[in-house]
Amino acid sequence: MMEREHTMALEVREMDFYYGSFRAVKNVNLDIEPRKITAIIGPSGCGKSTVIRCFNRMNDLIPGTRLTGEVLFHGQNIYATDVDPVQIRRLIGMVFQKPNPFPKSIYENVAWGARINGFTGNMDDLVEESLSQAALWDEVKDSLSKSALALSGGQQQRLCIARALAVKPEIILMDEPCSALDPIATLKIEDLMRELSVHYTIIIVTHNMQQAARASDYTAFFTMDTTDRAGLLVEYGETNQIFTNPKDQRTEDYITGRFG
Amino acid sequence: MTREALTRQIHHIQDEVLLLGSMVEQAMLQAVQALRNRDVPAANRIYRDDSYINDKRYAIENAILILIATQQPMARDLRLLAAMLEVINELERMGDYAKGVAKIARKIDGEDLPIPAEFDRMAQLAVEMLHRALSAFVRESAAEASSIPREDDQVDALYNQVYRQIVNWMIANPNTIDHANLLMWVAHNLERMADRVTNICERTVFIVTGELMEMDTTDDEDADLDDED
Repeated sequence: MMEREHTMALEVREMDFYYGSFRAVKNVNLDIEPRKITAIIGPSGCGKSTVIRCFNRMNDLIPGTRLTGEVLFHGQNIYATDVDPVQIRRLIGMVFQKPNPFPKSIYENVAWGARINGFTGNMDDLVEESLSQAALWDEVKDSLSKSALALSGGQQQRLCIARALAVKPEIILMDEPCSALDPIATLKIEDLMRELSVHYTIIIVTHNMQQAARASDYTAFFTMDTTDRAGLLVEYGETNQIFTNPKDQRTEDYITGRFG
Repeated sequence: MTREALTRQIHHIQDEVLLLGSMVEQAMLQAVQALRNRDVPAANRIYRDDSYINDKRYAIENAILILIATQQPMARDLRLLAAMLEVINELERMGDYAKGVAKIARKIDGEDLPIPAEFDRMAQLAVEMLHRALSAFVRESAAEASSIPREDDQVDALYNQVYRQIVNWMIANPNTIDHANLLMWVAHNLERMADRVTNICERTVFIVTGELMEMDTTDDEDADLDDED
């Protein structure tokens, strides 16, 4: 019933976000298309990382923060009092800027999340499936017991994606997932994102607008309001349109490098 | 291999360019046939259908611009996309030549002068050259592309032959000048179509070598007299 009424993967309604008394992000309204890649771009300080962290209540972990408005997931506000943020973070996973594998084996990195979520199926199958989906299986299948820290940066990031996939999320949030990677590892992650978008909704924050242009279906451009320094959504549309014919002059200035 | 999305999209655009090319080939062959058979309904249809060729060209141009804007193609990929912008422009202009022939086929319906036999051969040669040039283009074969422009000599020879014939008609009977002038125009369009194939071949060499260079043909670059409406 709810599924039918709410066809978007996420619906953000009148969202404001505060660090203490400072309003860092204001008045965000955004519908995230399911099983597509949405990129969030904008200059430093525009609140793009803050915004993506609002989508799975990651900011709850920072004391003194507050959110008003709603983030609807299957029509349900994830900030409602009866919602368990841990459950939300399982369904809406996250991959961070710097690959952060646990100092454990490759196998354990993938199995860990599923195990604490009470997974009772065949763990070997789950690990293989998750690593395959993350396009890492062929590279690590003979060294599953080796330390994850021995992998290259690009492999570590794909391991973190496999770890996120192992708990069967619906949405994967990626906060600058390639900023610590070389160009080839970056392109591998982008190709992987494209494959994953068949089954998952992906939202990526990137300061690299070429990456947003290459890898996403939709692009949201944020900037900082010069009067109160709050981040705001300027323009949101299909990536092809944003990068060939943006409607807002501020978007045009930013993507043509004439910002600031 | 990385950049699968870019590769896939480039292949898709290449397919569309080939499709545009075959639309142009058909338009020219059918236009000359309509002229030969004095088939006004067919000429009307070819004249009208030029808009499909134009639409396809704009759709491809748009797709290429999006790809350049979003995928940051470099080196060979960039040369290929830039070359395709040029190739679709050439194809659209060839489509205009076909439209021009169709327009003349409508005008000289019922007139007395014969349709020169050379037209069929010229159209056939020009279309074959175009077909092979596009095939060399998508296969990125500089060797094959380099071999095609010299075939233009045959089309030029036929053009000179038909030119003299039409001028003779004009001299023999000045009443035919209007009609003969239209036939001259057909000859010109066919000759120019073959010329423009050379431009496509130049772009193939550019993709492979990165060098922009004019391929020598014996033809002098005369002014365009083609139909532009």
